[in-house]
Amino acid sequence: MSDNSDPKPAGVNSRRAFLKGGLAVGGALAGAAAARAGTPDPAITELQEWNQYLGDGVDARPYGTPSEYEKHVVRRNVEWLTADPVSSVNFTPLHELDGIITPNGLCFERHHAGIAEVDPAKQRLMINGLVDKPLIFTMQDLMRFPRQNHVYFLECAANSGMEWRGAQLNGCQYTHGMIHNVMYTGVPLRLLLEEAGVKTNGKWVLPEGADASAMTRSIPIEKALDDCLVAFKMNGEALRPEQGYPVRLVVPGWEGNMWVKWLRRIEVGDEPWHHREETSKYTDLLEGGTARRFTWEMDAKSIITNPSPQAPITHGKGRTVLTGYAWSGRGTIPRVDVTLDGGKNWVQARMDGPSFDKSLHRFYFDFDWDGRELLVQSRAHDSTGYVQPTKDELRAIRGENSIYHNNGIQTWLVRENGQAENVEVS
Amino acid sequence: MKLHSDAWRNISFMMIGATAVFGGFAALTPSDRDDGDHGIAGHLASAFVSQAHAGETGELGLGREALPEEIAAWDIDIRPDGAGLPEGAGTVADGEAVFAEKCASCHGDFGEAVGRWPVLAGGFETLNSEDPVKTVGSYWPYLSTVWDYVHRAMPFGDAQSLTDDEVYAITAYLLYVNDLVDDEEFELSNANFLETPLPNEANFFLDDRLETEKAFWNRADICMQNCKESVEITSKARVLQVTPGDGAGGGGGEEAATGAEAEVQEASAQVETAVVELDPEQVKAGKKVFRKCKACHQVGDGAKHRTGPMLNGVFGRSAGTADGFKKYSDAMTTAGADGLVWDDATMSEFLAKPKKYVDGTSMAFAGLKKEADIAAVIAYLRSESGE
Repeated sequence: MSDNSDPKPAGVNSRRAFLKGGLAVGGALAGAAAARAGTPDPAITELQEWNQYLGDGVDARPYGTPSEYEKHVVRRNVEWLTADPVSSVNFTPLHELDGIITPNGLCFERHHAGIAEVDPAKQRLMINGLVDKPLIFTMQDLMRFPRQNHVYFLECAANSGMEWRGAQLNGCQYTHGMIHNVMYTGVPLRLLLEEAGVKTNGKWVLPEGADASAMTRSIPIEKALDDCLVAFKMNGEALRPEQGYPVRLVVPGWEGNMWVKWLRRIEVGDEPWHHREETSKYTDLLEGGTARRFTWEMDAKSIITNPSPQAPITHGKGRTVLTGYAWSGRGTIPRVDVTLDGGKNWVQARMDGPSFDKSLHRFYFDFDWDGRELLVQSRAHDSTGYVQPTKDELRAIRGENSIYHNNGIQTWLVRENGQAENVEVS
Repeated sequence: MKLHSDAWRNISFMMIGATAVFGGFAALTPSDRDDGDHGIAGHLASAFVSQAHAGETGELGLGREALPEEIAAWDIDIRPDGAGLPEGAGTVADGEAVFAEKCASCHGDFGEAVGRWPVLAGGFETLNSEDPVKTVGSYWPYLSTVWDYVHRAMPFGDAQSLTDDEVYAITAYLLYVNDLVDDEEFELSNANFLETPLPNEANFFLDDRLETEKAFWNRADICMQNCKESVEITSKARVLQVTPGDGAGGGGGEEAATGAEAEVQEASAQVETAVVELDPEQVKAGKKVFRKCKACHQVGDGAKHRTGPMLNGVFGRSAGTADGFKKYSDAMTTAGADGLVWDDATMSEFLAKPKKYVDGTSMAFAGLKKEADIAAVIAYLRSESGE
């Protein structure tokens, strides 16, 4: 249905699209006229505090924080998931965000031994192993290398992992919130490796963190020399402590666990190390008891963030905005399809905002809701031709024990009262 | 050696390079830098190129050479072929003792795990079931991973405190509880390390998604209209009731939790009698010391029971009586029944030598050696525990 991909007003197109598809959304038109107020609105007729009195001066908030009315917009934890918050994860409130950038304070956290509070004056980055000259860099040394800026998503391989066996958590924050998308400033890892001189038998690198888990992962040299960054800034300011201050590794498009935080060392070797996070964890157990390893790339995926269980439709029937994110670890997202009827009929959503490689993309579908129950889904297409599969298509290949890399299509049931819940459909 | 002169050389040529740029020598190309003769022209070009094509140059002369001692301190990784293993040895019996003291509070005496901490033993024949139990014996492909991980990250909250021999011993004990060796006198060392492969190694294979999931690319079957006759709901999250705050709104549970916590704090405040003046510096120092305790204990706003009891209101309370904590050792409960009440003096003695003061406590902590640390952590606990 290509007639919805042009830049004409989406509502017109979508209505036509759905009528063509046999879904009677047009019934909403009768009630779509602007509501008329019966009594004057006190928000207008009464003098508000802020209309009259002076507010805080410039120095009252030297590091600005969101409005007090946005206090509910926070990362949240699912306590029963892990043994202890020190080695745990919380979730980005995707349903409260728009555009493609995640604010630094809302980027989900995953720690294996809590937040390391590294003194930047004591930060050292060592390059050793199969190199001509093992090197030590201070922060100042790193800041003297040529820098680059890139927007990349970071998705935990376990994002949506709780949904392998069926709908479990009511909210896109919990089902899909182990992801964030920020602009990194950093030095290409290639430059640091070239400075040390990688020997010809150097085929793998092992980044290592300075926290009490001393996180390690094996990364092939091709990736290390391609687009990995040693980053010290996110969205323009220093990395947050929970995101690896002062230095983290950026491994674009690949599972978040590899983006080692509090980066202190990179070893070059001729074989992978098979450490705990690439054997016991972050391997994908399949039906039959075998397991995939080194499943680094994040498959294309999308999620409707509004409406969703934490973001119901509260305005009744009529004009509404459906929106969400799509992303792929292999490239960009040229197209997202949306259905309101559980997959009987689909239309192309409107992509908006910048389209960066291995970054979140924003899509919208603007339509008139007739107040009937909806089963909403989104389906991402990436620039390599990959199309996001259904959960059942994934299960047919992988079984239900994988935990990681669940990129199946998500369904929300939106009831007539606008409340939404996490379901699966046939 | 060379490093010093290199550094000097780069500084001086950067200056020349800058001059060159501002002087308009824009015709130099990247190939000019590869002259290899270290002549002035080459370096001048190199400095220029590094400005004109940021990110495309070779050596920039940054950083310093790492010393062998520095590499030795950080390069602790072990590989499946045994590369990196230090000399050392430990028996199953040695390992059992170390494990009981330093690991069992989370992993259980035999690796069966406490709460949601990782299970380390058993789980054989479960990988193809609905409830796979992925342990060192049933799942992990390489024994070297055990050695490497225990050495770099365990005990949780006191990483890199084990001796190499202790790590060999714990690794040997994990083989034993997984029935992979059957002799308590079995000694694992760097010499025989490769002789006990783990049974599940052959069941791992490289990512094959590009092949096995090829059908997800360039699909000819992308349907846009009238794609199915009917749609049935097959699964609902709502029936499970496991979402924090119970779904819509997402915050309801939070308020309830805050209320419960306020109640706990109020209750503990009533038990308190004396108000103690706290030194802010000491409290700050104590916060750092408390990191050693955080793996098992929480204190302050929102504190909950973990492996160890939540410590709000601990002062003035009888030992072994924190409301709702069910994992006390008999020794701790008995000590409380016999009249042990936590105050500065009793807490100091306990923290100095936990296992001596309450013989049989399940707190797997060796104790704080410095009196200043004990005083500081007590000050911190008092500042956070609801006074």
